Amino acid sequence: MAGEGGYVDEQAIKDCQHDLGMDRPKFVQFVDFITGFMVFDLGESMWTGKAITHELGLRFQLSLQIAIMATLVAVVIAIPLGTISAIRQDTWLDYAVRTFSIAGIAIPSFWLGIMIILGLLISTQAWFGEPWMPPIEYVSPLEDPVANLVQLIWPAVATGYRYSAVATRMTRSALLEVLREDYVRTAKAKGLIERIIINRHALKNSMLPVVTVIGIEFAFLMGGLVVTEQVFNLNGVGKLFVESVQNHDYTMTQALVMLVALVFVVTNFVVDLFYAMLDPRIRYS
Amino acid sequence: MAATDVTSVSEIDELRSQKNIFQKFAELFRKQPLGAVGFAVVIAMIIMAIFANIISPYDPELNDFAAMLVAPGADYWLGTDQFGRDILSRLVYGARTALFVGFAASFVGASCGLVLGVMSAYFGGTFDLIFQRVMDVFMSFPLIIMALAIVSIFGPSTQNVIIAITIPFIPRCARVVRSNALAIREIPYVDAARALGFGHARIILRHMAPNVMAPFLIMLTSFVGQAILTEASLSYLGLGVQEPTPAWGLMLQGGAEEYIESEPWIAIFPGVAISMAVFGFNLFGDSVRDVLDPRLRTQ
Repeated sequence: MAGEGGYVDEQAIKDCQHDLGMDRPKFVQFVDFITGFMVFDLGESMWTGKAITHELGLRFQLSLQIAIMATLVAVVIAIPLGTISAIRQDTWLDYAVRTFSIAGIAIPSFWLGIMIILGLLISTQAWFGEPWMPPIEYVSPLEDPVANLVQLIWPAVATGYRYSAVATRMTRSALLEVLREDYVRTAKAKGLIERIIINRHALKNSMLPVVTVIGIEFAFLMGGLVVTEQVFNLNGVGKLFVESVQNHDYTMTQALVMLVALVFVVTNFVVDLFYAMLDPRIRYS
Repeated sequence: MAATDVTSVSEIDELRSQKNIFQKFAELFRKQPLGAVGFAVVIAMIIMAIFANIISPYDPELNDFAAMLVAPGADYWLGTDQFGRDILSRLVYGARTALFVGFAASFVGASCGLVLGVMSAYFGGTFDLIFQRVMDVFMSFPLIIMALAIVSIFGPSTQNVIIAITIPFIPRCARVVRSNALAIREIPYVDAARALGFGHARIILRHMAPNVMAPFLIMLTSFVGQAILTEASLSYLGLGVQEPTPAWGLMLQGGAEEYIESEPWIAIFPGVAISMAVFGFNLFGDSVRDVLDPRLRTQ
């Protein structure tokens, strides 16, 4: 515990273990942790000594906002691009979209973030004569929505692009499948224009797997936030996670890992509910 | 008549086998142009990694304090960083780190997944049920979160990064292998092997595992790109490969953001290298999947 080369008194270690409750049987510690988790009592941070829920409360809003914005960015990119790609299958447009989406998976979001900052610096320098960077100080959207948006849109884009890559591919493949269905042929045969066929008949029916992917990826957004928050120096849950690992703040790491799992379970549940909304054939009794 | 038929068939077979490896590759690349691009990138990276000491113009760990933050030019093709280290040399040696971590984590992860997945399908019943739930738990964390949690236990180092990336790969491979192995279990030769009195280990490893090689190879190739990306992310966060080992993610840490305005080359090139490598491995992996198991196509 003292690290390499340090000397710590035997008694001090015992006192510390007692303070942390680590001298109790493992089973008791586990039950204590689980019962605490049920009522959101996650214990105290070993680094700051404050309650973990307090530390989380400070940062949760920021991360949630970026997560929602990144999802919006992803949907706005993915659905039109995926649709175009499917309709114009095997044309240069399709290849361009597919390359764009494969690149989204390959480009690390932290590097994309750095490149966005670089791009902003260069373009503002060229247009306005002086370089500009998104502000580091967080402003609540309730106080100053414009300043908030100007600050957070960039990390949202950096995270959302990667997210959109998976969703674009899914939109494309789902739509391609639906476009081969009989009812689409029927719609074409009765002379409907393509726009209506796509919007009303095909797109709606191909949304099921897309919603699943968006849902699952939302739960995994936390992974993206860990790096983007670092790049943009935003004090969110992702940064807290990295700091907790760096500081050996085990209680905090543990609580955050559990939180990620909780988000995963909740989003899966919400996605399941969405299914019934999108596809009336699915009914949960 | 029949005899001539046989000879003609065997002649055709002979001709087929004479088709050399280059022709086979040419055929593959014509069918999979994107995969060929990916394969070229992969080969280029492997060559870079193997001959790093010949290719790189400088020692990647050499600090030349007379040449700090030098812009790309004749002496330093891609410039130098804030410690006077040649960026090109660090990129070339970085390929070694990336490939080592990428291959080691993917191979160990996929192999463990293969054995566990086949085991789960073979034994079935309660074992399968419990095992799959355990896998579900592991699957509910993003790769990077799981890796970070493991690093927080073992501490950051190259070896621990490999462990941290390997563990989340196991359930991902086991899941896919299991679903394929379930079908294999029903084929009579497994019953035959059991009737012959072979042990469980022999049936799993010798009889079932070779028949789920296709999904195994697909997962293996798709893992390499992910592993390289995760290693870069961990190193970028300072929780992966440690200085002074050259690693792409590490090169983006620290200096990259600080000097972004005046010395952008520090930030640009390592990112390009990561993106290219992951892009190449992903394209290659997609083609491997298309060739081996077209049913798994998602695009």
